[in-house]
Amino acid sequence: MSNNVETFYQVMRRQGITRRSFMKYCSLTAAALGLGPSFAPQIAHAMETKQRTPVIWLHGLECTCCSESFIRSAHPLVKDVVLSMISMDYNDLLMASAGHQAEAALETSMENHKGNYILAVEGNPPLNEDGMFCISGGKPFIEKLKKAAEGAKAIIAWGSCASWGCVQAARPNPTQAVPIHKVITDKPIIKVPGCPPIAEVMTGVITYMLTFDRLPELDRQGRPKMFYSQRIHDKCYRRPHFDAGQFVESWDDENARKGYCLYKVGCKGPTTYNACSTVRWNEGISFPIQAGHGCIGCSEDGFWDQGSFYDRLTSINQFGIEENADTVGMTAAGVVGAGIAAHAAVSAIKQTTQRKKTEEEQNS
Amino acid sequence: MALEKNLAPGDSEEKVRRQTAVYVYEAPLRLWHWVTVLSVLVLGVTGFLIGRPLPSVPGEAIDNYLMGYIRFAHFSAGYVVTIAFIGRIYWAFVGNHHARELFILPVHRKRWWSELWHEIRWYLFLAKTPKKYIGHNPLGQLAMFCFFVVGMTFMIFTGFALYSEGAGVGSWQDQVFGWVIPLFGQSQDVHTWHRLGMWFLVIFIMTHIYVAVREDIMSRQSLISTMVGGWRMFKDDRPD
Ligand code: HEM
Ligand code: SF4
Repeated sequence: MSNNVETFYQVMRRQGITRRSFMKYCSLTAAALGLGPSFAPQIAHAMETKQRTPVIWLHGLECTCCSESFIRSAHPLVKDVVLSMISMDYNDLLMASAGHQAEAALETSMENHKGNYILAVEGNPPLNEDGMFCISGGKPFIEKLKKAAEGAKAIIAWGSCASWGCVQAARPNPTQAVPIHKVITDKPIIKVPGCPPIAEVMTGVITYMLTFDRLPELDRQGRPKMFYSQRIHDKCYRRPHFDAGQFVESWDDENARKGYCLYKVGCKGPTTYNACSTVRWNEGISFPIQAGHGCIGCSEDGFWDQGSFYDRLTSINQFGIEENADTVGMTAAGVVGAGIAAHAAVSAIKQTTQRKKTEEEQNS
Repeated sequence: MALEKNLAPGDSEEKVRRQTAVYVYEAPLRLWHWVTVLSVLVLGVTGFLIGRPLPSVPGEAIDNYLMGYIRFAHFSAGYVVTIAFIGRIYWAFVGNHHARELFILPVHRKRWWSELWHEIRWYLFLAKTPKKYIGHNPLGQLAMFCFFVVGMTFMIFTGFALYSEGAGVGSWQDQVFGWVIPLFGQSQDVHTWHRLGMWFLVIFIMTHIYVAVREDIMSRQSLISTMVGGWRMFKDDRPD
């Protein structure tokens, strides 16, 4: 159980981290957050002097890919230290205790740190049937979420589930799963979307908040600007092929072998805000586009409802049919065109008969 | 719209309607019209190709910039059309009263509604003869507003919202138009709506050209030459 007196640094040392590794971690984090090298000592200082901030990590309707991503963060300190720093209080997936013991830990932690802890939410609450589609600790998750949110200082929405709804909220959304900002309206919520979010992005956000004791700067939709202010497309290494007009036309064609742009096979990089093309995945080894597949836009709102992953133009199901803007537009234009042709024909007939009539009148 | 607004005090309506020519569209307005025609043509073609690019070009990426040029043409024409549209709104304030017809529908006038009805009947081949108009006829005016003013405003807002994504967070485009994106959901939705907007305008243009040609032939006043030279010519001197 936490006593809330240890500093981050003490926790790290207790975990057997050397000072040298600690300083490395500080510089790396500064770099990941887009801060200059001069910020590394500042982070170190904060970590040495500040009491650690308790984090409570809840799991709602989700697949746990956020946690999976998180524990694969490139820097070992992250999984060893940041995780243990935060999981100490409550994380029903990673904590050692289970059952009543775990729930008791949650209660105590919420009580002890009331108004002080950060609530990290993975997954979202389904509202249909009084929340019965997600039972956690014997109660609907929505109840647990609301209770935990009450005493939280700030809330992190992990992944696309908590941020936007993701797959369980895709049409027709039978469980009525909703992103957490729909049920928690009185607390600042930091959205860290992605399915899952990039590990370094997750740890970066947590470290920033723990170190500087404030929320990272957020964009209009509540995402930290430092990781979500640019699209994949803006920093994609295949971009020169896009600008040149060189595309993969179909899978396994010559252009695919040459590594051309994946726009025509449905890449959602131009409409997706995330750091994949810069931070990349698995210790910076690769990311989907580098592996030859277009971006599917997993960090965007409602990405499951944007039609096929392999079409550039989105299917519009609002019209009751699965057609893209061009089919809808061309059909409408065709109908109007036919109408115009018919109208023109009738007009021409009318014009001629009328002219004849006037001529007759004039003749008689 | 009916003619009476155009009357100088003392003039009788009869007299005006018997005139053979009235100066309607002033030079800046005509210039705006044709600049818009050209820009929208460029926007439509390049926009279509942005969503459905041409077949891949051969050679090295460094030697080619096809998509880049297409997008550049789109954005340039987008700026031109927007600045022209702002100029057009300005002209509604300082130009003659026909310059305001595009933006202000006289829905409070009974006469406007009855003439609108007459014009609908004319288009359904129910009315035998059309009425004379110096400016837009009520149906034309209504269509202009609903299709062109609304459509163009929509394209400018969604277009600049998309543009702000490239210009980056904090750019003026982002500050002025960035809010449009969450309004539609996400960037992909804005793309889809922007593309639907193009088809909306295509339908407007088809109808607009058809009606202009038809009216030029069948109505009692000139249309096409009016937008070139500014003068409305009447083909007969019957009143009304
Ligand atoms: C008559 C007006 C316009 C028409 C018909 C038009 C048409 C289009 C079309 C069809 C697309 C492709 C959408 C897609 O499939 O992704 C597009 C994209 C775009 N348009 Fe327009 N547009 C118009 C006005 C504007 C304006 C005023 C701007 C502002 C500068 C603008 C900026 C853009 C941008 C930034 C894109 C996205 C380009 C990209 O993703 O690379 N458009 N436009
Ligand atoms: S592969 Fe995707 S993100 Fe990369 S340049 Fe092409 S469209 Fe953009």
